[in-house]
Amino acid sequence: MDFSVITGNFKFLILQGLIGIGPFIGGTIRLAIPAILLGFVLGVFVGLARLSGTRWVRIPATCYVEFFRGVPLVMVIFWIWFIIPQLLGLLIPEYGVALTAFVIFEAAYFGEIVRAGVQSVPRGQVEAATALGLTATKTMAYVVLPQALKNMVPSIVTQTIVLFKDTSLASIIGYVDLTKAAQIVNNREIKPFQIYIFIAVVYWLCTYSMSAFARRLERRTT
Amino acid sequence: MHYTFKWSVLWTGESGRWLVQGLLTTLELSALAWVLAVALGILAGALRTVRFSPLRWAATSYVEFFRNVPLLVWMFFWYFGVPPLLPRAVQDWLFNHGAEFWAGMLALGVYHGARISEVIRSGILAIPRTQFEAAVAMGLTTFQAYRLIIIPVALRLIVPPATNESLSLLKNSSVALTISVAELTFQTRQIETYTAKAIEAYTAGTLIYLVLCLSIATIMGRVERRFAIPGLIARGGPAG
Repeated sequence: MDFSVITGNFKFLILQGLIGIGPFIGGTIRLAIPAILLGFVLGVFVGLARLSGTRWVRIPATCYVEFFRGVPLVMVIFWIWFIIPQLLGLLIPEYGVALTAFVIFEAAYFGEIVRAGVQSVPRGQVEAATALGLTATKTMAYVVLPQALKNMVPSIVTQTIVLFKDTSLASIIGYVDLTKAAQIVNNREIKPFQIYIFIAVVYWLCTYSMSAFARRLERRTT
Repeated sequence: MHYTFKWSVLWTGESGRWLVQGLLTTLELSALAWVLAVALGILAGALRTVRFSPLRWAATSYVEFFRNVPLLVWMFFWYFGVPPLLPRAVQDWLFNHGAEFWAGMLALGVYHGARISEVIRSGILAIPRTQFEAAVAMGLTTFQAYRLIIIPVALRLIVPPATNESLSLLKNSSVALTISVAELTFQTRQIETYTAKAIEAYTAGTLIYLVLCLSIATIMGRVERRFAIPGLIARGGPAG
């Protein structure tokens, strides 16, 4: 089988598609990194809100999580892509749409991870911190969250990999990520088998190195 | 905000029929893909726990490769990449018989099969080795030990994660719109295109997905309680 189509378009696929350097605003990595960081930060707030003792904080957070875990990501992307312009009368570029959709959607999943992580910390830790005179905020920030974070590492890694793969859905609205770059090349060269197998391998290399790195990290922290 | 709501677009014209057809296609696609995924998942999940290394290695590479690549890429791969390798006559036949549906089904089934096998493997690994040893000591063959002891117990242990995976399959069936399978998200977009009423169309589609997912989750919650193994710590409760 002839794989010269890959060598000929290697630069476009990797630089434009995977990283995001090129004529288009795009790149899988350029979308994935901010999406993961912002999604996690929002997820921490969502997760803590779900554990809140105040009902009007807990119930909206629970609804948020249940809602976004019950709808497909594609649907969320379309909501933001078609509806925000109609409501606000302004056009957001594909990058903004994709990033917003991912952050909102993934925060629900990260929120559940944070909640489970916080719940895995023994209650005695909170009692001890309170007995030492720490405020609730300080207990959370210095005692509970650092320990919870350690328990959360495997789930966070899994979710990060899921999000990395999900960024391929940004190609549906025309964002030039690795998948879209492959489509562009395929429209010109008509070598679908070689091109799609190649990007499958590229995605696999990225996700596999992420999980390998995480395994190493886990061994070091435990 | 300059938007006038017109909810009647959902039941006038073709919209109602499109939504119902979309829902049925989503269910059909998901159900077939689910059967394939569970079959592959059980096979690969069980093979990954056996001693014979070539089988274990083959199952591991299937799982690691398929679940670590985006579903969308697999959709394109099965729909655009594979048919050109087939003989001309087979290709023609396929494209006259809804190739996009079968490609979508394969993509979903093979991708989720790899993910379900991880669930099944963890279920099998959760069963103490001594159960297997006791079964063999009683005179059961390896195959019998798996069929009669390991798999029935593992199946009951994995109800909650398997439910999650099945719901994720159902939601992921929406990705099939990229290869123009006329499922629910596809039909929702069609209504939006024809009526230019985005909010109404997407609300309808979103609500159908929500109702589907929440009702499956409720039913499976019942199943979980019904088949829970007595004597184990209740799962899902707050830890610590």
